[in-house]
Amino acid sequence: MLKDILRVLENDAHATTKQIATMTGLSATVVNKTIKQAEKDRIILKYKAVVNWDRVEDEQVWALIEVRVKPEPESGYDSIAGRIAQFEQVRSVYLASGNYDLLLVVVGKTERTVADFVSQNLTHIEGVEGTETHFMLKRYKEDGELLEGGEGVKRQPVIL
Amino acid sequence: MSDKGKGRKKEKFISGRVNRLSPSGIRKFFDLLQSMDGVISLGVGEPDYATPWHISEAAVKSLEKGYTMYTSNSGIIELRQETGKYLESTYGVKYEPLEEILMTVGVSEALDLALRAIINPGDEVLMPDPHYVAYDSCVILAGGEPVKVPTTEANSFEVEPRDIETRITPKTKAILMGYPANPTGAVMSKEKLLAIADIARRHKIMVLSDEIYARLVYGVEHTCFTSLPGMKDNAILLGGFSKAYAMTGWRIGYAAAPKEIIAAMTKIHQYTIMSAPTMAQVAAIEALKTGESNVLEMVEDYNRRRKIIVKGLGDIGLSCFEPKGAFYAFPSITVTGMTSEEFSEQLLIEEKVAVVPGSAFGECGEGYVRCCYATSLADIEEALTRMKRFVKKHRK
Repeated sequence: MLKDILRVLENDAHATTKQIATMTGLSATVVNKTIKQAEKDRIILKYKAVVNWDRVEDEQVWALIEVRVKPEPESGYDSIAGRIAQFEQVRSVYLASGNYDLLLVVVGKTERTVADFVSQNLTHIEGVEGTETHFMLKRYKEDGELLEGGEGVKRQPVIL
Repeated sequence: MSDKGKGRKKEKFISGRVNRLSPSGIRKFFDLLQSMDGVISLGVGEPDYATPWHISEAAVKSLEKGYTMYTSNSGIIELRQETGKYLESTYGVKYEPLEEILMTVGVSEALDLALRAIINPGDEVLMPDPHYVAYDSCVILAGGEPVKVPTTEANSFEVEPRDIETRITPKTKAILMGYPANPTGAVMSKEKLLAIADIARRHKIMVLSDEIYARLVYGVEHTCFTSLPGMKDNAILLGGFSKAYAMTGWRIGYAAAPKEIIAAMTKIHQYTIMSAPTMAQVAAIEALKTGESNVLEMVEDYNRRRKIIVKGLGDIGLSCFEPKGAFYAFPSITVTGMTSEEFSEQLLIEEKVAVVPGSAFGECGEGYVRCCYATSLADIEEALTRMKRFVKKHRK
């Protein structure tokens, strides 16, 4: 029931309560309640648009930053990842397998602001042993959506 | 510039058989539609998805490798094997890939081959009415006579076994049916299919079961006709990839039947087609091997839209029985007092919404229109808003 609702919303956060009720066969009241509860339980975190910023004049620099850290004896990676996540420039934080430990998505106004974040904030955090910064050059797909060529092909009229 | 005299002369060359085919009732709507802007189309009956990329990628890779030649007439052996495996695991019916499966150019070719392989001049073929637009024409082209078996909304557009039996004559050769159905979205219960199987057995009639929409069912289980006891030897299963895997443009389908029938169909196929498109066959292999999750995801999405359109049509006063298959809703438009053609034409002109008149699918489709809901939710909602205005204005 909750999953049915989430699947609709994940695809289209604009879907109305009435629509979701029809799609899932639940009453509007139940849908409303379930969504409210999911928001309270932090299952639904936020409703956001997937934006193609390249189509808008906007000076934004995105970087992927690999971070090697020394896990803490008690909390492992969690407390250090939590500290890094506090910075507002940090969009996403993941613990990953491989040559590094944490992968960050960082957004800044300019390359300089990202560089400052790395040299002045990130490397000063206790436990951070090394970083590698990759500036993003171009985005092709965002959150499952193609940035170019995703408009779809127009269907041809056909008799059937 | 027109030269009517000349045109008439040329028409004399057209065969009697082709002249007998009724001009498609849908054609003029599409001509009109083409000339208009801002139309929301619930007309075209195909998935609104592009083919899942991994399937397309398999074909692209095959082209890069140079797989650009004919395949064996019957189709790539691996594809026939995968199709056999799929039919067995999905419906429990076992076909021998080498002799009992033929890959065709869409299910359309499979249907044409099946009819031409079994029909002698004057043979009668029973079919539920309303039916897919090509059924009666293909029977006529094969030299047979279509015999319509009326179905009604009261019976959820399921064909009644007794209505079939009362129309059987010494000339009856076959029953042709497609469930889940285009244009109604109807599905058939297993009980009724068993009763039809019994009739076919007793009267020694072949059943052609067009199951192109088999995977698009909602809350019910599809029964594959040839999986019924004894029916593998008495029926031709027609299937394809277009609807389940969103592969309409690839033109790839198949027939599965007793080896004598497949051999006869292959004869026609090899002289007229040679082999189904190679890259489409490669893509179909990929679809069967790894496309199941795509099918389930699309079905789930169609189902959401199905519920929206059925409820929406009911809310605006167009009563609509619940279609449990395909991606069509088939609401009654009799509250407007219009014929289905008038309704469709006026709706297109006044509100720029394209639907297909039910009468295009046979006499029993009169009073209904076909609305394909394989289009975006936003378009469905907007179409419903416009139709609401239209129905309110024309309600009798």
